Amino acid sequence: MSIRAVARDAYGEALGVLALSAVGGLFAGVVLGGMERELTVVPGLLVLVPALLATRGNVYGSLGARLATGLHQGLVEPDLSLDDDRVRAAVTAAMANGVAVSAVAAVLGYLVLLGLGRPAAPLPGLLVVALVAGVLSGVGLTVVVVVAVFLGYRRGMNPDTLAGPVVTTTGDVIGIATMLAGARVAIALGVT
Amino acid sequence: MPENWTVRGIIRATFPLLVGLTLVELASGLVLDTGQEILTTYPSLLTLVPVTIGMAGNLGSVLASRLSTALHLGTLGFDARDDELAGNALATIALGLTLFPLVGAGAWVVQFALGGLVLPLTTVVVVATASGVVLAVLAVVVAAAATYAAYRFRLDPDDVVIPVVTNVCDVLGVVVLLTAVELFV
Repeated sequence: MSIRAVARDAYGEALGVLALSAVGGLFAGVVLGGMERELTVVPGLLVLVPALLATRGNVYGSLGARLATGLHQGLVEPDLSLDDDRVRAAVTAAMANGVAVSAVAAVLGYLVLLGLGRPAAPLPGLLVVALVAGVLSGVGLTVVVVVAVFLGYRRGMNPDTLAGPVVTTTGDVIGIATMLAGARVAIALGVT
Repeated sequence: MPENWTVRGIIRATFPLLVGLTLVELASGLVLDTGQEILTTYPSLLTLVPVTIGMAGNLGSVLASRLSTALHLGTLGFDARDDELAGNALATIALGLTLFPLVGAGAWVVQFALGGLVLPLTTVVVVATASGVVLAVLAVVVAAAATYAAYRFRLDPDDVVIPVVTNVCDVLGVVVLLTAVELFV
């Protein structure tokens, strides 16, 4: 293929998916844009934003990829009742990973801010944000990923190409909205 | 291992990489934190943060996944004149040029609708577009370098390259966006 043909092919394949995830990202941005108060009251919250958003993509993107591979190999059935041991293990592992990595991000973020002498909310405050966001986004994204991959597969779509865009589109919105919820809980508990 | 479907097996295989990637993302968070004042002053800039990070990561991961497929198929050569490499690089830059101006306009429109408007439309579009062009070029460099490294060290590019490229591009997204904000706002 010539350079031009390769470029046209690559451009056409990616444009739709990227545009869709840009729309998701803008929604997430609107929520973040409305969080000025929480960002000021909980110093260090902004430091956690990229880490917590990336964790959503990394953990639940990999859950989607794993389920897609399992479907292709005939290891799992596209059954939404979660009776399947493998599906249950994959979902449990993803939730545990998501919550644990969020907590790790809060602790490491706090320590780095402390080390640099930058303002940081007390550790319990940042941990509450990370854990509340980790649990809520875990539940939300698990539902989204499992439903999209299984229903898409039942309708004859390739779950491999479905999982990635679904996670990138919804992950940022769910990630930021649940961080906002976590920040509100932390503020209400008075641990900031 | 996809065949290993126990909770313990999955966590053991993925947790160390997740912690490593979290460290990379915290670096990006620290950079973001230095811009907190200007970002919270202008909500339309804060609106650009997730979408810029996301788009940078997506451009990198789409390119990395195409390059690693080409590598598996044996159609990729690491030469600037290689059709597969140059064509994909060109497409990445064209995608950045198409989408980032729209993203900037979108961020301005939603803040306009919410009444949180302080910056002119052109400023937000210029910030988004300038960030997008630079990020597309950086995504090409990072994705090509990481795929080449995977090829040299005989790693499966699908396992390692995509998460690394996505997360490195996330960090670059924040750095480039804040630089553009400093320059144009």
